[in-house]
Amino acid sequence: MLLEIVTPEGKAFSDDVSGVVLPGALGELGILPNHASLVSTLTAGELRYTKDGKTHDLAIGAGFAEVTGERVNVLTEMAVRDSQIDETAVQAALERAQNRLKEDVLPEEIAAVEAAIANSLAQLHLKRKRRTI
Amino acid sequence: MPSTRDIRRRIKSVKNTAQITKAMQMVAAAKMKKAQDAATQGRAYVDLLNKVLVSLQERAEENVHPYFSEGKGSKVLVILITSDKGLCGAFNTNLMKKVLTSGLGAETDFVTVGRKGGQSLARLKKNLVADFSLKDPASFPDLRPVAKLLQDKFLSGDYQKVLVGFNNFINTATISPSLEQLLPINPVTLGGRRSFEGVGQGEVVDASKGPVLDYSFEPSTAEVFAQVLPQYVSNTLFQMLLESRASEHSSRMVAMKNATDNAKQMLKDLSLEYNKLRQAAITNELLEITTAKMALE
Repeated sequence: MLLEIVTPEGKAFSDDVSGVVLPGALGELGILPNHASLVSTLTAGELRYTKDGKTHDLAIGAGFAEVTGERVNVLTEMAVRDSQIDETAVQAALERAQNRLKEDVLPEEIAAVEAAIANSLAQLHLKRKRRTI
Repeated sequence: MPSTRDIRRRIKSVKNTAQITKAMQMVAAAKMKKAQDAATQGRAYVDLLNKVLVSLQERAEENVHPYFSEGKGSKVLVILITSDKGLCGAFNTNLMKKVLTSGLGAETDFVTVGRKGGQSLARLKKNLVADFSLKDPASFPDLRPVAKLLQDKFLSGDYQKVLVGFNNFINTATISPSLEQLLPINPVTLGGRRSFEGVGQGEVVDASKGPVLDYSFEPSTAEVFAQVLPQYVSNTLFQMLLESRASEHSSRMVAMKNATDNAKQMLKDLSLEYNKLRQAAITNELLEITTAKMALE
C-alpha cells in the first residue's frame, strides 16, 4: 500500500507501508491494504504508519485523506517527524498564538490562529510522548 | 561628427548602465531560483488535490456545493496577477493583452494582485474592485485575504464566474500568459487540467480512465466538500501566484541579460569609433607637422 503525504511545500513522504493510522475528524482511522474507498477530513494530530514491522510516527496538521484500495493520499498543511521538531521553538509559537487569541483578533484570522495552535499542540504531543517512554 | 571627448563620456555612461543591469540580472537570477523551486514544489500538492477532486466529483451528487454551479449574476470577476515592479520585459504587457483580447464583456470587475496590473487597469478605466500588493517571496497567509474576497464575492451570487489571469511558468525562456477559470469548478476541465499540473509530473488525470470508486465520506459528504473546496480554491490561487512569481523573475533576468548584452555591444562599437577618431586625429597632426616642416625648408 502506497502512502503519500503532501504539503504545500512539497511531497513530505512517499513509501510503501503495510498499515497506517490517521487522525480522522471522528477519531482515529486504521487503514490496512484493500480498505474500502474513503475520503475523510483529518484533524491536527499524530499519524502512525507501519513499515517492515516497525511503527513510525509523524505530527500532521489539519487536512484530508483519500483512501483507495492500494494507496492512501494525505493532504495536509504540515507534516513533521519527531527529529525535526524543535520543542522550545514550537512552545514559543504556541504561546505566541495563544496570546494573539486573547488580544483582539480579526474574525477572519481566528481560524488561522486556531489552526496554528492545533499544529503546535500536535507537535508537542508527539515530542513529549517519546520522552516519557 | 562627435568629438573624442563626447565619445569618451558616452562610453563611461554605457559602462555604468551595463554594470547596473548586470547587477540586476544577478539579483533576478538568485530570486528566480528560489521562486522556481517554490513553484515546482507546490505543484505536487495542487496536483494531488486536483486528483482527489476529480475522483470526488464523479461520485458527488448534483449541486452538492455552490462552487460547482455558475452564479446567478451576469458579471465576471477577473483576478489579475502581475508584478509589483517593472523592468521585466513584456511580462505584464503580454498578460494584459491576453486578458483584454479574450472577449470579456463590459460587465467585468477586476481584482489585481501586484501594482502594475492595477495601474494599467486604472488607466484603461476598468472596474477595479480591489488591489492587493503581496510581498516577495510569496507566503500563503498573505494570499488568504485575496482568496477569501473572491470566494465571498462568488458566493454572494453577483458573479457568474471567477477567472484568473496569470503568467504560467513553463521554463526560463518560455512563459505563457493564461486566463483560467477558477470558479465554478468545471467538471469538464478538471480532468484535462491546467498545464502547470502536468509539467514535471508527467501525469495528467484523465477522468474517463480508472474505475469509478464508490467513496464513503467521513464525517459526511457535505462536510468533506465544505473543507476540500475552499482549500482547493485558495491553494490553486496560491500556486498560480507562485507560477507568476517564477515567471516574473525569469523574465526580468532575461530582460536584464539582454540589456547587458546590448550595452556590451554598444561599448564595442563606441570604442571602435573612438579609436578611429583618435587615430585620425594623430594622423592629421603628423600631417600638419610634416607640412609645416616642408614649408619652412
